[in-house]
Amino acid sequence: MYTFKQHSVLPGFNLALGFTLLYLSLIVLIPLSAAFVRTTALTWPEFWNAVTTPRVVASYRLTFGASFAAALVNAVFGLLVAWVLVRYRFPGKKMVDALVDLPFALPTAVAGIALTALYAGNGWIGQYFEPLGIKIAFTPIGVFVALTFIGLPFVVRTVQPVLEDIESELEEAAATLGANRLQTFLRVIFPTLLPALMTGFALAFARAIGEYGSVIFIAGNMPMVSEITPLLIITKLEQYDYAGATALAVVMLVISFVMLLIINLLQWWSRRRSVLA
Amino acid sequence: MKIKTWLTGLAAATVLIGGSAWADKTILNVSYDPTRELYQEFNAAFTKHWEEKAREKVAIKQSHGGSGKQARSVIDGLEADVVTLALANDIDAIAEKAKLLPDGWQKRLAHNSTPYTSTIVLLVRKGNPKNIKDWNDLARPGVSVITPNPKTSGGARWNYLAAWEYGKRTYGDDAQAKEFVTKLYKNVPVLDSGARGSTTTFVERGIGDVFISWENEAFLAIRELGPNKFEIIAPSISILAEPSVAVIDKVVDKKGTCQVAEAYLQHLYSEQGQEIAARNFYRPANARVAAKYANQFPSIKLFRIDDAFGGWKNAHKLHFADGGTFDQIYQK
Amino acid sequence: MTVIALPVSSLAHRARPTEEPVWVRWTLIGLALAFLTLFLFVPLISVFYEALKKGWAVYIAAITEPDAVSAIQLTLTAAAIAVPLNLIFGIAAAWAIAKFEFLGKNLLTTFIDLPFSVSPVVSGLIYVLVFGLQGWLGPWLAEHDIKVIFAVPGIVLATIFVTVPFIARELIPLMQSQGTEEEEAAVVLGARGWQILFRVTLPNVKWGLLYGTILCNARAMGEFGAVSVVSGHIRGSTNTLPLHVEILYNEYNFAAAFAVASLLAMLALVTLALKTLIESKNMQNDKGKNR
Repeated sequence: MYTFKQHSVLPGFNLALGFTLLYLSLIVLIPLSAAFVRTTALTWPEFWNAVTTPRVVASYRLTFGASFAAALVNAVFGLLVAWVLVRYRFPGKKMVDALVDLPFALPTAVAGIALTALYAGNGWIGQYFEPLGIKIAFTPIGVFVALTFIGLPFVVRTVQPVLEDIESELEEAAATLGANRLQTFLRVIFPTLLPALMTGFALAFARAIGEYGSVIFIAGNMPMVSEITPLLIITKLEQYDYAGATALAVVMLVISFVMLLIINLLQWWSRRRSVLA
Repeated sequence: MKIKTWLTGLAAATVLIGGSAWADKTILNVSYDPTRELYQEFNAAFTKHWEEKAREKVAIKQSHGGSGKQARSVIDGLEADVVTLALANDIDAIAEKAKLLPDGWQKRLAHNSTPYTSTIVLLVRKGNPKNIKDWNDLARPGVSVITPNPKTSGGARWNYLAAWEYGKRTYGDDAQAKEFVTKLYKNVPVLDSGARGSTTTFVERGIGDVFISWENEAFLAIRELGPNKFEIIAPSISILAEPSVAVIDKVVDKKGTCQVAEAYLQHLYSEQGQEIAARNFYRPANARVAAKYANQFPSIKLFRIDDAFGGWKNAHKLHFADGGTFDQIYQK
Repeated sequence: MTVIALPVSSLAHRARPTEEPVWVRWTLIGLALAFLTLFLFVPLISVFYEALKKGWAVYIAAITEPDAVSAIQLTLTAAAIAVPLNLIFGIAAAWAIAKFEFLGKNLLTTFIDLPFSVSPVVSGLIYVLVFGLQGWLGPWLAEHDIKVIFAVPGIVLATIFVTVPFIARELIPLMQSQGTEEEEAAVVLGARGWQILFRVTLPNVKWGLLYGTILCNARAMGEFGAVSVVSGHIRGSTNTLPLHVEILYNEYNFAAAFAVASLLAMLALVTLALKTLIESKNMQNDKGKNR
């Protein structure tokens, strides 16, 4: 039989959930609903037209594609960085640990300007790619670079505390039972990290989808090629087309909501499986 | 919670430093991006003028941003006493959508409420290595052109229209003009979202052979960023850019700043105001001041948007609205 | 994870069973550092390089002029309101989600994540739609002369919105991985609700909590897009530090712009340094107790 909540001896559920819902409604949900309401000024065909012009579709492809690629790279390297920071000792480790948060603190516009300067054809990094025929700034690759920078702390910071919490007994037990280091990692450590890793991935991905400030500097903003969806929202606002702008916003919201939901469900499912197993 | 105490300490200290400027009245001038330097100088002059004339201290706050964005902020409740925007179209939007000032606002001040004008010129690298003389050189293969995105930048719309009108007059009709403009935009490798972003792309990143720019911005870029690195090319024909100014009636009525706000805009037309505009590379409306600074500006044949395109509303609908000619350039 | 996979079994040099061989370790460290260098260190260095290009005098002048000071003040105010509120929210949300099973939990978690993916452009816009003069509450607010957007409250609201998920999202996986046994034991021993929270749960997640708070704070101070929409950009009164950076940049005042930006970067470093300090102090305390 399904009930709303499974029984628990712990107190405070109603208070905690009540406050959570109230706060979330006031700060997030009610204002977001304003966007949905504004969209109703459009009829369905108008709405559909506004959100499916070729230019808009091209921007979805770039926004979601580059965000996904950036989040994936961050998942792999973020895990690596977290592992190195928690498990190993090396000179300058504290410093590195501190710097990981930088992309949060740096205003996105500054990040965009700094990255563009570095990855442009005459920049510190870009000059080494230019002779190879690889242009980074002002192309979709530039968008990917900016989004990777923006999402970098997420995976590291979600995996790190969980990794610190893993009891060494488990690993020792695995080793005693004859598992080599790789087996221990894959069978014992990785499954414990997986929920946090997926959270980090989801957050990095989600953050990248909406990013605006850093991307517009490095993207080049060529229609059909390197225009991100948030830029098109601005474009519509410039024409005082609030309904069209919110229509695009709603599409982005719905898509990223669904993706986040899927990832959360996957994570919930994987945790259940690991608990049952 | 050491961080907190440290922060509150810092905040308290800043309050002490910050709260020093006293004034009887405060007015807010909401303007667009390229006028920063102009109003910095003008505000200081006006504050002094007003203190002598009305025995009243006035503090002028400034807000700058893209013209369209600034107009939207005023529509949505930013309490501007005066607006000084890039296009009359943006002030029209404030009148139309928020009814904060009457529709006939443009008739209230001299020269269609345009105390200074500007135009669009071409900025090239020193020595003009690509030998750019006029608009048609921008459509040549192998020339790389920097201009912002007309969808997000007011200045870029002037650029687009100037090129279009050149194409129309040179090659005959609108269809030819479109073909010319299409060729030109095929040469654009980066469309920044604002005029100053484009300046940086051209100047700092070294991208592009020619930069289509406001005349005052071109002068400023040369002065601020590289006196020996760039030169201005005056095209054979260009558009007369008419930035407009207006008092926002509903705001000044509420705040009781009507008198000083009106005097502020009037002062733009005074000899002093016109001189300041000219020194900041805007073409003054006052004939005497204009004559004095005539040498500063290249002589270009200028056309007005009302004559060539039937006003901003039409131009916008035809060229920049979704599905307009600009979109068509990139659609295939 | 193939990087880790290759070497282990064929190793001549024997490592301790719960440690990787030395060269694997250094390869991993090298890889991690290479990645960080490309995407993090070089951009950071370039910010400081640009900031100090014109010398210390310009740097100091840029961060002490009145407009910069008022921007610092506003940024600190916004963060000082946003972070504690989100801290309370984060703990409440994590308690409900991590310690209980209920219907719609995944939905709730997803709603908490949502502000991450909402474009800053949109998050500013929605507050304009609610509080703007043409919006739902705008006319009423104007009548009563209450300013929300284009004033400090709007900036605070936008900051809260952008940073809502940080602490909650940091705590949820951590509290989930710890399970509920300890709390249940506390209940059996007769502890009350708040006692459990303050004596059992929070001490267990203190690092996560601290991380979350630091991230939330860093992001609150650095937010640009959303705040830009609701600020009105009035110099000296509604400009936050990130907006001030943009203004300076647009005035071709590059050195000053990067100087102010480096201030934000340093704020992050200072909070991180404090974290390390607290951490090491606590570790000493713990040792003392055990003895």
